[in-house]
Amino acid sequence: MVIQTIGLRKTFVSKGRGGKKEVEAVKGIDLTVRKGEIYGFLGPNGAGKSTTQKMLSTLLCPTGGEAKVLGYDLARQQEQIRQNVGCVSQAGGADLSSTGVENLVLQAQLYGLDTLTAKKYAAEFVERFQMGTFITRPAQTYSGGQKRRLDIALGMIHHPKLLLLDEPTTGLDPQSRAYLWGEIKKLKDVGVTVFLTTQYMDEADKLCDTIAIIDNGKIIVTGTPSELKSSVGGDTIVFSFQTEETARKAETLLTEKVPKGKVQAKNSSVHLTIEDGETMMPDLLRSLDAKSVEAQGVTLSRPSLDDVFLKYTGRSLREDQIK
Amino acid sequence: MTLLRDTKLMFIRNMQHTIRTPVFVFVSMFQPLMYLLLFMPLLNGLQGAPGIPAGQAVQVFIPGLLVLQALFGTAFVGFSLIDDIRSGVIERFLVTPVKRPAILLGRVLRDAVVLLLQCILITLVAIPFGLSVNIYGFLLSLLLYALIGITMASISYGFALIYKVEDALAPTLNTITLPISLLSGIILPLALAPLWLQDLSKVNPFSYAVDATRSLFAGNFQSLGILEGFIIIGVLAALVFFWGVRSLKKMAS
Repeated sequence: MVIQTIGLRKTFVSKGRGGKKEVEAVKGIDLTVRKGEIYGFLGPNGAGKSTTQKMLSTLLCPTGGEAKVLGYDLARQQEQIRQNVGCVSQAGGADLSSTGVENLVLQAQLYGLDTLTAKKYAAEFVERFQMGTFITRPAQTYSGGQKRRLDIALGMIHHPKLLLLDEPTTGLDPQSRAYLWGEIKKLKDVGVTVFLTTQYMDEADKLCDTIAIIDNGKIIVTGTPSELKSSVGGDTIVFSFQTEETARKAETLLTEKVPKGKVQAKNSSVHLTIEDGETMMPDLLRSLDAKSVEAQGVTLSRPSLDDVFLKYTGRSLREDQIK
Repeated sequence: MTLLRDTKLMFIRNMQHTIRTPVFVFVSMFQPLMYLLLFMPLLNGLQGAPGIPAGQAVQVFIPGLLVLQALFGTAFVGFSLIDDIRSGVIERFLVTPVKRPAILLGRVLRDAVVLLLQCILITLVAIPFGLSVNIYGFLLSLLLYALIGITMASISYGFALIYKVEDALAPTLNTITLPISLLSGIILPLALAPLWLQDLSKVNPFSYAVDATRSLFAGNFQSLGILEGFIIIGVLAALVFFWGVRSLKKMAS
């Protein structure tokens, strides 16, 4: 196991008017991250994602619980954890008035590398992340996507075995996001484990091998994206027809055909919820055709992680983001 | 030794920032130069008063002015640290195995170097005004200014690490520097002060530094005040530096 935590907790105490106030940011988290996987920590703002990430990177001291990171004890072997883990915070942390190269070389040196190796590693990442066109300029001149690439290169400069990324693509344009997703996926090929936090469903879905949904300081459910999605109950096929009458005919036919599915006519369309929508669809269309019930259109929708979030928390993640 | 190496890396990084915008090194010399040009002439009218021997106004004033520069020139360095906290730079350093004291030591040493450059320039400007300097005394004085600078910079960084925002930092630093400078006989010698004020100044560690540097400029190496000044400021610098490091470590808690 690359990361293993048992009952990891963090309570912040703030002193203000009316005495001490305690805020339980993380309320006892058990998680297991396997070697070489991309593990996504998905949840709304304020769920405790960053707090957990900061505890794992030794930036915050846990209030309770135990954790092992790369086999090292979080409470006692912080030096070893720091040396072997790479970490990119939400703010990024590039030194804006320095150039990208200066940032990269210093960061490598802080991990104990000599100047020559540091320069070599910096050059390697400039090449790998295609930063050659801008890397000798001060970082304050970079676009959002360029700066993010530098931030992530800074976190990886010492070739860590585990990379912790806090909301790596928040606020980026679609191209930059797609580019970073590609780069993060490539890390799997070289055996790097990635633990990332995100508030984006699509990011967790496309990128992660395992997802833990966190809400209000607690993990609500863990699983692979497809496990989580099938837990909310299969695919939905919507057939649309010319008239309501045809729709009702189709409803009867489909109910006979798939007794396991949930069939419901709504105006001139029929909604069918079924485990394995994709492979069932051609057969269903054929049998409708055989009875001269002609569908005008068919759509297949698979459950999204948003449906998963809704099922387990009773709220939509999107609603949370609007607030 | 890792601490030495890390401190060097951090010093170079901070020095690069200073060199990138060198104008600020000179901007913060504006205040002492104004004192030199627009205030020191007033002292000529006070010649013969207690603490200002006839013809010695510049001799009394310049060492104090350099202490003033050491206090105010470094008191506000905390703002640059807040920038680094906000942009995540400090957190990025803290997730590496870098030695914690090195993060602050690299900064205060840079501040000390900048300060010494300013002190040398101010002294050079003062020579045409009739200042005579004992060169060994001056070199020892520079060491004392560096210690004062390290003290003030550490205080400034310590509060920056506690507050993490600018709003509270400026008033706090002003509240600290003003009584320190008034109670150390920088602008006017404390010999002019009523007894109660002289007594009060004895609890201000920086008043010993001012006495020490005046003796050094004059080449009075036998003066016991010199040793006293070095010990008091040296201990103070060490104390507040470690307090600053503790604030830095507390950030990760």
